[in-house]
Amino acid sequence: MRVSSISLRDFRNYAEADITIEQGCVVLVGSNGQGKTNLIEAINFLATLGSHRSSTESAMIRTGEDAAIIRVHLAHDDRQILLEAQLNREGPNKAQFNRSTARLRDFPRYIATVLFAPEDLLLIRGDPASRRRFLDELIVTRTPRLSSILSDYERALKQRNTLLKTARFSEASVGKLSTLDIWDDRLATLGSEIMVERQRLVRDLAGPVAAAYESIAGADHHPELLMKESVLLPLGDSTIDQTTQAFLAVLNSNRATEVERGMTLYGPHRDDVEFSLNSLPTKGYASHGETWSFALSLRLGAARLLRAESVLGDPILILDDVFAELDASRRERLASAVSDFEQIFITAAVVEDVPAALLQHVFRVERGTIARALK
Amino acid sequence: MYEGIVQELIDELGRLPGIGPKSAQRIAFHILQTESFDVSRLASVLVEVREKVRFCEICGNVTQEVTCSICRDPRRDATSICVVEEAKDVVAIERTREFKGFYHVLGGAISPIDGIGPDNLRIRQLMTRLADNTVQEVIIATDPNLEGEATATYLTRLLSSLEIKVTRLASGLPVGGDLEYADEVTLGRAFEGRRTVS
Repeated sequence: MRVSSISLRDFRNYAEADITIEQGCVVLVGSNGQGKTNLIEAINFLATLGSHRSSTESAMIRTGEDAAIIRVHLAHDDRQILLEAQLNREGPNKAQFNRSTARLRDFPRYIATVLFAPEDLLLIRGDPASRRRFLDELIVTRTPRLSSILSDYERALKQRNTLLKTARFSEASVGKLSTLDIWDDRLATLGSEIMVERQRLVRDLAGPVAAAYESIAGADHHPELLMKESVLLPLGDSTIDQTTQAFLAVLNSNRATEVERGMTLYGPHRDDVEFSLNSLPTKGYASHGETWSFALSLRLGAARLLRAESVLGDPILILDDVFAELDASRRERLASAVSDFEQIFITAAVVEDVPAALLQHVFRVERGTIARALK
Repeated sequence: MYEGIVQELIDELGRLPGIGPKSAQRIAFHILQTESFDVSRLASVLVEVREKVRFCEICGNVTQEVTCSICRDPRRDATSICVVEEAKDVVAIERTREFKGFYHVLGGAISPIDGIGPDNLRIRQLMTRLADNTVQEVIIATDPNLEGEATATYLTRLLSSLEIKVTRLASGLPVGGDLEYADEVTLGRAFEGRRTVS
């Protein structure tokens, strides 16, 4: 799959921008604050319905305007798809699929992206929440149904935590506690689906990440991924049913502690995934270079997994300001590792940062205008 | 901002569910400007509705009498009760004309965030209605969302001690729709609840 044209109206700092794009590698060059990242943010928004920079959608609408429009033509083999999204400052957003009304939340079915950004270092060094987000985003791309499971789990967790807090203070806690069983049940049913999907993802990601690491670091340091769950599961593959039972048993035997603390202490919201190189955890042991190599391999491994599984074909790779962070040899190796993807978007402050092999279609971005750079 | 009472009217209208500031303004000006609009009639209905309407002593549905017209109807099937969250769900099911039994309106769903537990719902009244063994089937028709499912689970466990058949409304594909446009969750549920046809 690839983007064949983008047009923006009142999106971030773009009043109006229209560009047509060929297959291969698209490089956006410009100083800071000119709008390079804004352009790829627009593409990424259609695929993830979110922004990697801000949590509010209204930040994407140009100052002083009521609505922003993103219009993207996609080419998938011979099929042409037109996705249009209108973000409104007031009222719900609107979406069109091939000129007929559609739901914005269905767009990720038609476009998949994998974004590399300097913030990816947090996948290794940051808190568990950033690693859970990495896993959950991929889970939703692989199995769209999980998106509603994840949001229901969040809500069930809030409901249960509220109940635990009130159970702690209320006199009649015995009567109230019986409904805790019901929320245990909801939490375990929803949570075990997430846990099983994460297990499956981590298992399937191991091979692609190891291969990606070797191609980026130029050496085999035996990278490994291991789920660290708060609910201990028996070794090997667990079915959803077995996981639910294990989850319920843990909640049951720790109820007194949870009531006392007034919060849910077990479940996928407390889980983590541990990364290791040569059997040592990356957190605390890996060098800066190794950390970068691992972070990049997670993204590249994810891209290769999606390529192998998705009916959409290759995901669109987006490398946002990544090359400036890497040394020369990692740059070259990353460049050759991604070169076989159908389409890649790269942003860079200076064109010298980008390996020559990737300089296929260069655009200059300046104060909200995009122009093709002369060779 | 409008002056005095006009703004007050817009604010009051805006407090109603489903009415935003723009709709509130439109309704307010409709009331002010349309000559044929009979304000006193609307005002009296509003007052009357609060005075006269109450909740059926048996099922909790809205009514102007002690019991609602469904509970008073002798032609209905006394062996089954359909449990719903709100009175408006009764109207929705009545429109289908498929169900001939009685209803029981809970008045909401279990939701600790909103401070609603089983004691705040009309569950005790339901248990009383089931005590005399007339009812043979309880159909749970709470909403198919997180809170509705939690309420359904609660009721199922509560009723499991009684010798009564408990059923839950099926989830699945909308009739007349296209399979390809169904979202993953609905389609997944439809698969789960598939039926043998031969």
